[in-house]
Amino acid sequence: MTAVGPAPAPAPAPASGAATEAPRRMLERVSRARELGIVAAIVIVFLVTTGKNSAFAHGESVQQLLAGTCLIALLGAGETLVIVTRNVDLSVGSVLGLSAYVVGDLFAHHQEMPQVAAYGVGIGIGLVCGAVNGLVTTVFRVPSLVVTLAALYVVRGIDALIVNGKQVDPASIPHGFQELGSAAVFHIPWLAVFVAVIIGVIGYAMRSFRPARDLYAIGSNPDAAALAGIPTGRRVFTAFLISGGLAGLGGVLFLSEFATVASTAGSGYEFLVIAAVVVGGVAIFGGSGTVLGAALGALLLNTINQALVAAQVSAFWNQAIAGFLLLAAIAFDRFLALRVNRALRSAERGAS
Amino acid sequence: MSPVDQLEQDPAVAPTPDGAVRAPRRGWGALMRWETVLLALLLASIFYGSQVSEHFLSKSNFFFIGLNVGEIAIMALPLTLIVITGEIDLSVASMLGLSSTLVGLLFREGWPIWAAVAGALVAGLLGGMLNGVLVTRLGLPSIAVTIGTLTLFRGIAEILLKSDSVTGFPIGLTNVGILPVPHTQLAYSVTIFLAMAVVYGVVLHATPIGRKVFAIGLQEEAAFFAGVRVQRVKFWLYALSGLVCAFAGVLWTFRFATSRYDAGTGLELNVVAIVLLGGVSIFGGRGSIVGVVLATAVMGCLQEAFTLINVDPQVQNIITGVLLLLSVLVPNLPEFVRRGRRALARRRQPRPT
Repeated sequence: MTAVGPAPAPAPAPASGAATEAPRRMLERVSRARELGIVAAIVIVFLVTTGKNSAFAHGESVQQLLAGTCLIALLGAGETLVIVTRNVDLSVGSVLGLSAYVVGDLFAHHQEMPQVAAYGVGIGIGLVCGAVNGLVTTVFRVPSLVVTLAALYVVRGIDALIVNGKQVDPASIPHGFQELGSAAVFHIPWLAVFVAVIIGVIGYAMRSFRPARDLYAIGSNPDAAALAGIPTGRRVFTAFLISGGLAGLGGVLFLSEFATVASTAGSGYEFLVIAAVVVGGVAIFGGSGTVLGAALGALLLNTINQALVAAQVSAFWNQAIAGFLLLAAIAFDRFLALRVNRALRSAERGAS
Repeated sequence: MSPVDQLEQDPAVAPTPDGAVRAPRRGWGALMRWETVLLALLLASIFYGSQVSEHFLSKSNFFFIGLNVGEIAIMALPLTLIVITGEIDLSVASMLGLSSTLVGLLFREGWPIWAAVAGALVAGLLGGMLNGVLVTRLGLPSIAVTIGTLTLFRGIAEILLKSDSVTGFPIGLTNVGILPVPHTQLAYSVTIFLAMAVVYGVVLHATPIGRKVFAIGLQEEAAFFAGVRVQRVKFWLYALSGLVCAFAGVLWTFRFATSRYDAGTGLELNVVAIVLLGGVSIFGGRGSIVGVVLATAVMGCLQEAFTLINVDPQVQNIITGVLLLLSVLVPNLPEFVRRGRRALARRRQPRPT
């Protein structure tokens, strides 16, 4: 990331004893408030829209809403891991596109291919891309923004080379495989359940699993993390690997949901994903944020998009509102960070 | 990477034994190296182009090479300065689209064409100032701000023009897309780019303003304490970027003789790629206009050569990506080798007990 610029909000100084208790509790409260804020926003948008157009709360509409959020939320989980370490992965959209087409093409030639193989191939492609991103970034110590921008181009190019003007069409995708992307229980798509489980697992790990906590340490202060004995290179590499793997999985899910794949599948996703992650409260300079927040960010953006359709506001407004929301979210985060800083400082002064 | 360890890693600013910072000479040396690579790449791509097609070196082809990269190159100039200060602007292509939309919309409303163009330019300046205020006054991270305005500007353009397209601009102006500047083979956009590049080059490399830009990128706080008005410089760079991108949008509109809200969607990555390919460090503090001009030429020639032999434009992305990767790997190689050697030496030495 850019090295200079406003110094990232300083992490709470680990003072000793009881003095740290109050600030820590407050930090927890703030980060929880951040997620609750998004939930509140989602609920408000949902209720207001339902008031205007009762069809919005109907099962089908909700199902559509959840299905539309899944892919961005899934990629957002991987992106969160990377951004938390003060890096960025711009290649997720291209990796998704490549994985979706290759798996689709395999199905077109081998109808009876087992589904497990489809997932394996897709995730494998993602892992390879993620490994390359991670290796180049950590071994050569070059900025991830440039590396993953290059990967965005190269992977999209390889995709176009393989696609060669063709297209995967729904007829060649087995119905059993499409089930996951289209079927639902009580209007909750299986896809959403699947993605929610993955996000839950990653979210739990990010909370309680030591190597995952290292990611936050690296993002807060890379030098301090290295001095504290954290293998920073290996951790950052793993973050890229997981982000790539999830993008590859995203490709398989894309295929099962839409069943048509052209060479442009997933292009432009990188900015959607980063927008969702940032709206969800993940600091772009690393060190803080949760996968749950990122998923909620994706859900909020998608709820607003769908709400505009339901409220019969012209779809032309979607982008402008999404952009405005993103700016509002980061401005709000900044405001919150300043407040927390001030409170921490006065707490310290009170303790000494 | 923090600014501090970047300084430590950067041989260009390593203090000499007598304590003086030897920035200029080593700095120029490092610059020369990547620019030499670019020059070699340019010659190689021209040679390659002339080998694959006899049309490559024809006069009309020269015109088309320029036409294809003109607007991207123009937008790359202010972005170069912004990246050197350590920030980024991803909203450039959306500003191009918004400007194109405004030219069309105002023209359709019956404004004279010059007034429509002026309106678009003012909007560009205001949009750039919005970025500037958010980054400098509110202190928000520029990458997040400009992803926000990337969506916002494009969204406003979409609201204004919906899925319409406006045509019927004066023929005299739309000729920029068909005819070169009289008596030359240069496209208008490239001529403007070259003239602008000279101005930018002089300002960046030979005036106090340029030194301030580099100083901010190398060590923002040090620059501040040395009396550089960091926030003000950044603010005006963003305003300038908005204005120049709006101008690129005007050229784009006339080149295609059409105004649409989705003009130039996704070009931001190409613009960033050209700047980085030109050897500008994404961490700020290092870069040159010459490098960016050479990178533009390399990209233009390669693109045209591959188009002449019918390589799919999407597949050409591979070349862009590989070049981009090289642009960060090559300058880092000496450092990487040194680090590897040191690690090996450490392993051979018996561990002190």
